[in-house]
Amino acid sequence: MSKPTIIVVGNGMVGYKFCEKLLARSTQFQIIVFGEEPRHAYDRVHLSEYFNGKTADDLSLSTLSWYSDNNIALHLDDPIQEINRTEKTIHSLKGITLKYDYLVLATGSSAFVPDIPGIEKEGVFVYRTIEDLELIKACAVNAKSGAVMGGGLLGLEAAKALIDLGITETHVIEFAPRLMPRQIDSAGSNMLQMKLSQLGLYIHLNKSTAAITGDKKIHSLKFNDDSQLAVDMLVISAGIRPRDELAKLAGLHVGTRGGIIVNEKMQTSDEYIYAIGECALYEGMIYGLVAPGYEMADIVAAHLTEADKSFYGYDMSTKLKLIGVDVASFGDAFITEPDCRTILFEDTHKGIYKRINITNDGKNLLGGILIGDADAYNMLLQTVNNKIVLPPDPEDLILGSRGGEANAGAGVMGLPDDALICSCEAVTKGAICSAVNEGGVTGIDGMKKCTKAGTGCGGCVPLVKDLIAGTMKANGQYIKNVICEHFDYSRQELFDLVKINELKNYDLVLDHYGKGDGCEVCKPVVASILSSLWNDVIVKQEVIQDSNDRFLANIQKGGTYSVVPRIPGGEITPDKLIVIGQVAKKYGLYTKITGGQRIDMFGAHLSDLPLIWEELIDAGFESGHAYGKALRTVKSCVGSTWCRFGLHDSVTFAIEVEDRYKGIRAPHKIKGGVSGCVRECAEAQSKDFGIIATEKGWNLYVCGNGGSKPQHAQLLATDIDKETVVKYLDRFLMFYIKTADQLTRTATWLNKLDGGMSYLKNVIVNDSLGLGEQLEEEMQALVNTYHCEWKEAVNSPALRKRFAHFINAPDEKDPNAQFEPMREQVRAKEW
Amino acid sequence: MEAAIATQWIMACHVDDVPENGGSCIKHGDEQIAIFNFSRRNEWYATQNLCPHKQQMAISRGMIGSAGETCEPKVACPFHKKTFSLLTGECLGEEELAIKTYPVKIADGKVFIGVY
Repeated sequence: MSKPTIIVVGNGMVGYKFCEKLLARSTQFQIIVFGEEPRHAYDRVHLSEYFNGKTADDLSLSTLSWYSDNNIALHLDDPIQEINRTEKTIHSLKGITLKYDYLVLATGSSAFVPDIPGIEKEGVFVYRTIEDLELIKACAVNAKSGAVMGGGLLGLEAAKALIDLGITETHVIEFAPRLMPRQIDSAGSNMLQMKLSQLGLYIHLNKSTAAITGDKKIHSLKFNDDSQLAVDMLVISAGIRPRDELAKLAGLHVGTRGGIIVNEKMQTSDEYIYAIGECALYEGMIYGLVAPGYEMADIVAAHLTEADKSFYGYDMSTKLKLIGVDVASFGDAFITEPDCRTILFEDTHKGIYKRINITNDGKNLLGGILIGDADAYNMLLQTVNNKIVLPPDPEDLILGSRGGEANAGAGVMGLPDDALICSCEAVTKGAICSAVNEGGVTGIDGMKKCTKAGTGCGGCVPLVKDLIAGTMKANGQYIKNVICEHFDYSRQELFDLVKINELKNYDLVLDHYGKGDGCEVCKPVVASILSSLWNDVIVKQEVIQDSNDRFLANIQKGGTYSVVPRIPGGEITPDKLIVIGQVAKKYGLYTKITGGQRIDMFGAHLSDLPLIWEELIDAGFESGHAYGKALRTVKSCVGSTWCRFGLHDSVTFAIEVEDRYKGIRAPHKIKGGVSGCVRECAEAQSKDFGIIATEKGWNLYVCGNGGSKPQHAQLLATDIDKETVVKYLDRFLMFYIKTADQLTRTATWLNKLDGGMSYLKNVIVNDSLGLGEQLEEEMQALVNTYHCEWKEAVNSPALRKRFAHFINAPDEKDPNAQFEPMREQVRAKEW
Repeated sequence: MEAAIATQWIMACHVDDVPENGGSCIKHGDEQIAIFNFSRRNEWYATQNLCPHKQQMAISRGMIGSAGETCEPKVACPFHKKTFSLLTGECLGEEELAIKTYPVKIADGKVFIGVY
């Protein structure tokens, strides 16, 4: 008997998902797919990322070979023209006629284009497919201004796309009196509008477009109130229309305002024809999100394989980032008193609006809206869906717990097993936990492969990660992050052990907590821990230092070293510059300005290092710790002392901060920056900590870095005074020093930190762990015990003796260290 | 065959010239020899000072330690952390590199190295 044939009309996200779902349930069908677009199914939800450098391939939901691997016949660029229901055949544009046993219509939707005079002009686009995006992109090259018609979700997405394309003047035109009227309430819309206006978007509400004027090409928009707006291009995003023309032609029942009518099994008025996704009309409603579309796909797959599953409507909760602003709406967002009680939080300063609707008895959460900060979205949605009983102070859900020990809710592990975590793929908490328990999954990538959770919109990923970690923790099974074969501890664990037991040297630490004789991995880690805790002169334990720390200089090609004296904040006197010049000349050193506003002298022989430093120290220089996992530089711009734009004295602050943290050992190098105004000439946002002057004080950013994976620092606190900056920095740096893995920069540390920036902010700013004072004290102790290690080395004959290449011929230099001339200086001989 | 070549013992340095659990370099004619005072194990080792990876005179400045269950003594070159067995001179990584090793004797607070 031949396999029953299923023809899928449409190769969008939902059409593709149907194939996947059906294959997962059965391989007893012959699947044939027809797509109208030239590409196989791609991720339309993240379409705007196409303008952020993602390629069409990146957006693809599968490889092309996936279809043939699964014996699916795929016909692209070939729309179905006709369905013959009596013969049970379809007929395509390219002339293919095929017989079906079942037909699945996943024809999606098209952009609704209102009937406005001039709509056909050049420079007017819709925003729907990759082809649309390519047309928009081509037009944007010569456009300075652009408008989006429609202030809904898609309209704002399109506005973001225009901004990304470099359109400096982007307008949003909305017919209704507010933005996103379907998702958020009026106060939320106001807040969103304020935020978006601040970001440079021009928003026009209550505007009805009467005509599009221009010769051949769009010139301006004319509104019903007789006002005009000149623009170079227009993107229409005024809503969607279900693609039901094929169904209508075949005589299937469709809604009066469009949409193919389906029952709870997604069957149309012809039981052999199903409709799913945005073309389907269920109980008078079109579901314009991907998650319900996927659910519909699964219901058809279930029905075809005789499994019992029905559609009962769908939770339209959603969370997005619109032009960098979080917007979320969940559960019953619009219900009002007296049917519920409402808790509101509004912060116009930061642009945050939060609303939760709770039952009149205060026991359950019904729904809500979040603008500007939607970190709590996942947990709030779970609280609604699982009818979790609210804590006595439900406001904690949106405000965070403020002091006291009460932690809002019981966290992710408190959710019931059937709580739906990934709504796109319908993955429950139970499925995620069992993938960890039975499937041996330990990370998000493994989880995506195993359960597909997090592969749709991606919104649940933080929650999934929490569940993986929580389940592993509950099993007492957590990935041991050990230092090396000699220590069965993470750096943080060893740090605490060394501290509690007051161990002061490497051998003691190894004897107590390690095995074997150590190695080049654990020795520097322990050296760093000892230094961060006790701040003794590192060269007293020279043999456990990494080679650069051992000789307090950076080893370079040929075995010579480079010397970097500290130049705090990049400020240096002419006299000191002269000394550097004289020293470099005397010892034959190559000089170069570094990226951190100081001067590096290369090519120093080991035995010359103490002599060089003696001269530098006499002139008032100190070690720059360029060789250490320690504070390098605090870069500054010249600030208000000279600059006509400068708000505050950034150089003085940079010097103060650099002097405060110099010499302190950390898991990795630390760099800082201080800018005197928002122009940010010190590039402080690319540093581990960055301080930027504002009208009212300073903004503090943390956890940025340059290097191979650049990452911008994130805002920790706004408009704070200098004392508070230092207080937060003390806490932040000490917290990092105590908890990070070895060789982990602050950015990577933050990326791995559970709860990310909001957690860090809580610890540092709100002192949620109650550690603030202790961290400050520990930092102060390190500051108080600062010493210039080069001064110590130069003044100790025993330490000086170590700076010899030949221990039996201390005055001889390594003859293998050789140089070649280059631009009036020398360079190391190539190896 | 090797036994037929007479080992010549040279006085390299004093015991306290080499830091505990660390190394120093001595000059022997045109040769550079790295000496390691593995005091944690009460052992001494000597190898060529040249790291064969990038031809750098740096092995003596490397960190020493042990590898594996057998606690094979090893040294890591400070340049790119290539590690070599202090017993055999073989590279413990995947590379086909090796360094020369020398026997070491301690007498009267002095370090002697056997060269041949």
